[in-house]
Amino acid sequence: MTKTTEKKKDVTILFAGDSGDGMQLTGSLFTNTNAIYGNDISTFPNFPAEIRAPQGTVAGVSGFKLHFASVDIFTPGDDVEVLVAMNAAALKANLDQLKIGGTVIANTAGFDKKNLRLAKYDDESNPLLDHTLDKFRVIEIDVTKMTKEALINTGLGTKEIDRCKNMFVLGFLLWMYNRSMETTQKFITEKFAKNEVVKDANLTVLKAGYYFGDTNETFTSRYEVESAHLPKGSYRSIMGNQAAALGAIVGAKKAGLELFYGSYPITPASDILHELARHKNYGVKTFQAEDEIAAVCAAIGASYGGSLGVTASSGPGIALKGEAIGLAIMLEIPLLIINVQRGGPSTGLPTKTEQSDLMQAMYGRNGEAPLAIVSASSPSDCFDAMMEAVRITVEHMTPVIFLSDGFIANGSEPWSYPKAVDLPKITPRFADPEKSLDDGAYYPYRRNADLVREWAIPGMENLQHRVGGLEKENETGNVSYDPHNHELMVKIRQEKVDLIANDIPEQELAQGESQGKLLVLGWGSTYGAIRTAVREAMEEGHKVSQAHLRYISPFPKNLGDLLSGFDQVLIPEMNNGQLIHLINAKYGSGAIGLNKIQGMPFASREIKERILELV
Amino acid sequence: MENIPTYTAKDFATDQDVRWCPGCGDYSILKQMQSTIAEAVVNKKDIVFVSGIGCSSRFPYYMDTFGIHSIHGRATAMASGLKAARPDLSVWVITGDGDSLSIGGNHLIHLLRRNFDLNVLLFNNEIYGLTKGQYSPTSPKGQVTKSTPMGSLDHPFNPQTLALGADATFVARTMDRDPKHMREILAAGNAHKGTSLIEIYQNCNVFNDGAFGVYTDKATKADSTITINEGEPLIFGEDRNKGIRLNGMKPEVVSLDEYSMEDLWIHDSSDRMKATILSRMFDNNVLEGGLPRPFGVFYQEDRFRYEESMQEQLDKAVSLKGEGDLDALIQGTHTWEVG
Repeated sequence: MTKTTEKKKDVTILFAGDSGDGMQLTGSLFTNTNAIYGNDISTFPNFPAEIRAPQGTVAGVSGFKLHFASVDIFTPGDDVEVLVAMNAAALKANLDQLKIGGTVIANTAGFDKKNLRLAKYDDESNPLLDHTLDKFRVIEIDVTKMTKEALINTGLGTKEIDRCKNMFVLGFLLWMYNRSMETTQKFITEKFAKNEVVKDANLTVLKAGYYFGDTNETFTSRYEVESAHLPKGSYRSIMGNQAAALGAIVGAKKAGLELFYGSYPITPASDILHELARHKNYGVKTFQAEDEIAAVCAAIGASYGGSLGVTASSGPGIALKGEAIGLAIMLEIPLLIINVQRGGPSTGLPTKTEQSDLMQAMYGRNGEAPLAIVSASSPSDCFDAMMEAVRITVEHMTPVIFLSDGFIANGSEPWSYPKAVDLPKITPRFADPEKSLDDGAYYPYRRNADLVREWAIPGMENLQHRVGGLEKENETGNVSYDPHNHELMVKIRQEKVDLIANDIPEQELAQGESQGKLLVLGWGSTYGAIRTAVREAMEEGHKVSQAHLRYISPFPKNLGDLLSGFDQVLIPEMNNGQLIHLINAKYGSGAIGLNKIQGMPFASREIKERILELV
Repeated sequence: MENIPTYTAKDFATDQDVRWCPGCGDYSILKQMQSTIAEAVVNKKDIVFVSGIGCSSRFPYYMDTFGIHSIHGRATAMASGLKAARPDLSVWVITGDGDSLSIGGNHLIHLLRRNFDLNVLLFNNEIYGLTKGQYSPTSPKGQVTKSTPMGSLDHPFNPQTLALGADATFVARTMDRDPKHMREILAAGNAHKGTSLIEIYQNCNVFNDGAFGVYTDKATKADSTITINEGEPLIFGEDRNKGIRLNGMKPEVVSLDEYSMEDLWIHDSSDRMKATILSRMFDNNVLEGGLPRPFGVFYQEDRFRYEESMQEQLDKAVSLKGEGDLDALIQGTHTWEVG
């Protein structure tokens, strides 16, 4: 029988299953195929805090959301169009995200009595049989049985067979969205090169899923999402943590410095350590320290020695590093601190996203301890923002906090990557043993016009000097308890950070006119949702504009002027209102907050609704 | 080969006034350090002193080398990163019993097991001096201090045993009142390739005066201390007529009138088991008849240095994958073209 193909502008699929069901891999592989096909893409994995939470329970559900489109998109999608539910718990945990009329692809084997009970569905009520799914299209497939049948006579055990069932789903979806199996086949062949049996099993099941769609008469229509008109260029898919790691390596190389990375494992920052540890042939030294404090202190020690010292963590770890960051502020040496934010306070929501550490970045240290803050707005932007963070820390001899969050750290998107040669050079302010002495004496805290001191490192002849956390005398750096000197030094350290504003770009609008009724101002990972919301409002004829901050400390010089061009300023944040405090304190603009504190990113719809209320 | 200037101790003095209390044991340590480093054949531009917080941690300000006076307990962590980044430097950690055994205890044990090639001078005065007299992790149980008016409840740390437990590769003890011995130990620590933990008994004459008096006073020193020298029998006493012999695993004091030299314990600093027994010779110093307190190098072994292994991995990665190419890094393995 003939099968029709229906064209779609964009599709959002959510793969959901037990954390052992391989949903992250399935989602990633489907993403790769669509990326190579030329779709614009945005993904968002969402997993439980437990590595293997009890099987079959709602707590153990792992999800991977993928938005792919023939137009340019900026978010992993608000509403899900296709929900793949490997078991009852996966359906229960995610059904509220499925839009009315959307499709559920349900693995019926995951809806047996045991799974229903584990998912805490009421006695004997099976959502596949009652009216729960009346408003949706339901495709029931016994994936478990089909996989078993495909692998009969292979000699594989039940457990191994069970591990292949995600490939059946993937094969089916590749068929459904008119995609070739080639990329996935290549991946499987490479990944299991050393295990012929497992490789063959995965390939067999993948094909079985694909042909199941092709031959089964129930499925008459396929969908096609044409390639997007992305700007010309060479692309790859990249995740935020990966981009941050690459940015640090490239930044260090561009500065001619060795990269030293001290860190302690913490979700969701650990992937930066994993990524960096793979690149030792770039001269990257990674040090898994005994705790967060040792990690930052080792990075400070490395910076003191003339390397680019980098440390990363999430909020709880940054709290532990606070005292040492203060020391680096006193030492006035480069130090890059990455905070991949997660839900807080305390241990909070380790695997969920939030933007609640902005105030911690600004003020989370004892004393007056200003530093520079740079934030990334999307997975690929982590690269550019990181290059900027490296440039500022090295050229301005100040610690820099780089803010990312769980959403962009683990999310991915296509990246039109640059050529290394086109990236700007970074110039360390090293002291010069020949020129830095003044009448035989060395003044480690003398400064240039930007109030930046020189970087005199061990090994430099005649520049021996002592630094430390005690207050410094201006210029000499000797310990000083002089009251006026302390006031002077506190003001110098602040002014030094303020002067960075001369060395960063002015704030530009992401969209819209420079004057109007409403400016939506954001920072960090809310970029995509705001962009989509503002674009839609503009298309509907509203005078709305968008500005998105990369530089938070200091703010760009023109930010006040830019804000004053609008009647109202709306600040959406995934916190209880933090940027808004900084903005209102500095510019008195009476900005309006829009706050979501659910461990989940904004849906663009939520922002658009507020925009429409205001305009 | 780089030309290293000839130094005297004075070349390492700075223009800063030394601000320890008059009579503090730290003065002696500073002096011995300056003498030792002058003879160490290292260019002063390549030397870094790293300290934490406490009286002892003012030390870097008084050495004309590079120096960081860091934060409480973290000098060991800071020095680890410095040495990892700059294996070429001569790195010295200056710390105290509170700094390294209380707030910085975690970093100390991890430094010791990793075995960076650097030296740790642990000034042990059994008290918190800079905060004006609270008991420390090495204060004996029952010590009356400002924070323990009825006596401290804590069982004290034994730094030598702790260091051996953390698999340190060089463990030694010396004291402020024996300058010659201190110079020997400092030089031995500096010569050791790996982390050298040197515990120095240091008198705080303001808050804990005489804590080590039994080991330093002329009247008691000979009978309460024993200097351990490589390959030599353990002999001590005013008339050098007492020795230590091992009865099974148990050390006991014997009279040389009854026993001969051959019966005595011969010090072998490569023997980890015996080093542990030596470190356990930790009787309360006010008790009579106990074992004498040993001074010298307890243990020494040659084990891989962290920074060397780290560099080996980097070199190996380069030989396997080639020198990193930035474009290859940025591209990754899967790319596609648009337009």
